[in-house]
Amino acid sequence: MKRFARLYARLDATRSTRAKVAAMADWFAKAPPADAAWAVYLLAGRRLKRTVAPSAYARWAAASVGVPEWLLSTSHATVGDTAETVALMIDTARPTPTDADGVADRPLAAWITEHLRPLAKADDEQKRAALSGWWAALPADQLFLLGKVLTGALRVGVSRKLVVRALARCAEARDAPVDEAVILHRLTGDWSPSAAFFESLLAPPEDGTRPPSQPYPYFLATPVDDAGPEGLGPRAEWQAEWKWDGIRGQLIRRGGEAWLWSRGEELVTPRFPAVVEAAAGLPDGTVLDGELLAWRDGAPLPFAELQRRLNRKRVGKTLLAEVPVAFMAYDVMERGGEDIRARPLEERRAALDAIVESLGHPRLMASPILDGDTWQALAEARESARDRRVEGLMLKRRGSPYRAGRPRGDWWKWKLDPLTVDAVLIYAQPGSGRRATLLTDYTFGVWRGDTLVPFAKAYSGLSDAEITELDRWLRSHTREKFGPVRAVDPEQVFEIAFEGIRRSTRHKSGVAVRFPRMVRWRRDKPAAEADTLAAVEALIEG
Amino acid sequence: MQPIFHHPDGLYCPQAGAFIDPLVPVKRALLTHAHADHLRPGSDAYWCAAPAEALVRRRAGPDATIHPVPYGKAIPIGRLTVSWHPAGHMLGSAQIRVEHRDAVWVVSGDYKRAADPTCAPFETVPCDVFVSEATFGLPIFRWPDPEAVVDEIIAWWRAGAAEGRPSALFAYAYGKSQRILGHLARRALPGPIWLHGAVQGGVDAYRAAGVALADTAGLVVDAEPADLKRALVLAPVSAGGSPWMKRLKRAQTGFASGWMRIRGNRRRKGYDRGFLLSDHADWPALLRTIEESGARRIRFWPGHGEALGDLLRERGRDAGPLERWPGRDPLTPSPPDRPSEVA
Repeated sequence: MKRFARLYARLDATRSTRAKVAAMADWFAKAPPADAAWAVYLLAGRRLKRTVAPSAYARWAAASVGVPEWLLSTSHATVGDTAETVALMIDTARPTPTDADGVADRPLAAWITEHLRPLAKADDEQKRAALSGWWAALPADQLFLLGKVLTGALRVGVSRKLVVRALARCAEARDAPVDEAVILHRLTGDWSPSAAFFESLLAPPEDGTRPPSQPYPYFLATPVDDAGPEGLGPRAEWQAEWKWDGIRGQLIRRGGEAWLWSRGEELVTPRFPAVVEAAAGLPDGTVLDGELLAWRDGAPLPFAELQRRLNRKRVGKTLLAEVPVAFMAYDVMERGGEDIRARPLEERRAALDAIVESLGHPRLMASPILDGDTWQALAEARESARDRRVEGLMLKRRGSPYRAGRPRGDWWKWKLDPLTVDAVLIYAQPGSGRRATLLTDYTFGVWRGDTLVPFAKAYSGLSDAEITELDRWLRSHTREKFGPVRAVDPEQVFEIAFEGIRRSTRHKSGVAVRFPRMVRWRRDKPAAEADTLAAVEALIEG
Repeated sequence: MQPIFHHPDGLYCPQAGAFIDPLVPVKRALLTHAHADHLRPGSDAYWCAAPAEALVRRRAGPDATIHPVPYGKAIPIGRLTVSWHPAGHMLGSAQIRVEHRDAVWVVSGDYKRAADPTCAPFETVPCDVFVSEATFGLPIFRWPDPEAVVDEIIAWWRAGAAEGRPSALFAYAYGKSQRILGHLARRALPGPIWLHGAVQGGVDAYRAAGVALADTAGLVVDAEPADLKRALVLAPVSAGGSPWMKRLKRAQTGFASGWMRIRGNRRRKGYDRGFLLSDHADWPALLRTIEESGARRIRFWPGHGEALGDLLRERGRDAGPLERWPGRDPLTPSPPDRPSEVA
């Protein structure tokens, strides 16, 4: 853990991606492979099964150093992170660790496999005893990492892409270069960290058998900018499709079995039996990229319906019947057991049409290609997106391969303009993490008669300078405090954008919005001129 | 009546017709130290600890009436007996001790217990009522040994110098910057030290007071780019992101402050590095100082110490915010209640 803490400190001390990649590559090369595998696991954002709830972790720690719980929460409000609050609190109460057993010198892999993982099965008393020992023995930086690993994910501002780049750098240093896309593929899907796994990450491309369930890395699209798609060149070079409003998924049929992965690389096979049933008819060695949609009578249902199914581990009969799901396929990554991602789009598309047609299953469709041979015609089609319950259009370059990650140029998403409402900021509270010392989480209200009804919360969309300025204003215009939440003078108006709106019985305003964010600070607008709830309700479809 | 009250514009001492650290011009201003949030120009007269005189004059103006008082010397002001005692916060910083009838009150001002080669160390002043600052009054703030932090600064600077990059270290222009230079004196350094203009004034004042500081090469505005490649540059926080920064090509940036204890602050402020160097008391120092004061009543500087006060009360102590002045506003120009008349 000591060595890993040093890597963490190096990553945390710089904002340069070059320096971060160099630090990781350096560490991976020198570390024992099992430790390197676990570092990859943690840095790429994967998490251990939760051993201790963050609240219990903090409570036990506070009790161990005699800090009352209310003081713990006041401290937490300043720090914004449970693991860090605990680390600082223990480090303040106990300046010098006493580490008779060499706890800090345990290698990362041993820490996790021999100490942290087994703890998941222990009862609370055993957990507390183990934690107390570690709290006494570790210095602040390692206390922080321990807390992060136990209670949630470790976030250091390195993306999986940077981890992959560092691994590629390692392979290069061994004179056995491996393409970043190959490493990314190897990091996709289900794997468990071990020395052997780490070596297989860096193995030559032709080498190495992969587990049959392993998905490919997704190709992610870039948003078309405000100027529109004309800059992309002639319309004829592009294939246009609807941008479906569901969950990205990858359907794998190999060795007589089927697997369904979600965009977040979670196996969701048991939740979508109809799609798995459809996949049973696919030829072996087929991998499709597409969208999971709630689908009935030839059209998608609102996203909220799909969410009802995603939120459950097992789906009951009623829900299966109420929210039927389909897989809308738009690409083929593997055909007849062969990786065809390098083939041009048209060829993959022809393969897709052939596969879907010969399958002939109502729950597995091919995303239709849109006509309209001018950008203008597509712009008109995009106008109908909200009525069709799609998010806009996808533009894919003809002749292009299926790439990994989000490289610019071949796949674009041309989303619908969001809905917007002018609303008044009524409550504010501190954010978390790096925003813990600033009021950055806001609640906005719209008028119902002469009261403001809370209608959306938003956290993003302002510049750092605006956040600082607003923070200062809010602090001097606080009317009342409820714990961390401040009721503020209802004076500041913001334009709030969101992707969708529906009725909700769980919200005071009776409506719920999707992805609300601030697009503009309407300093020009007095609060009295903000929108009314009636105007907001009028945006609800149907 | 107690001799010290909380007032929106400072701490009000009715029996002296004076304010401690007033934020507006008043008749009589008693100063704990010369930072801008404790000293505003325009008062009729200032009293401060003797070593603070030059710094006070810089801020109060050349024509200001300043009465420097040696540490420990008691003088009468109105019906109070007042003395200044080292607070260890910066050069000339003081706790103000006020004696009224049989009661002794001490206002801590800002203070620290950690080593600082540029000012007299904090002295414990026994008292009945202790009015403490508590900027870092939460059980998460503890400072490492300052010498170890200075080691870190030098190592960071050395790494920058090896790459031919200036190392811009942001810190308060008065106090913290000079403290850093004080720690760096007598150390082996990787390169020259250059200053932002705002830091120079404090450096001159400290040197004039006989405080040993590391040598400085001059102002960044007068430097050639080549001079800065191995340099440590000390600058106030406000210089970060200003056009002045353009002179520091490829600079690495650091910030020296107690707030750097929190990772979110290190990251949000956008500096490459945070150095945990504070001129305030950390949590253990606050508890220790309150204990050592022997005070029966603990009061906190307005806006400070809410949590610490609650905790002490839970432990059965008489602790809480300093009482607000209940009378007519002494600053309202309506005779005969002006402070000057009271005295």
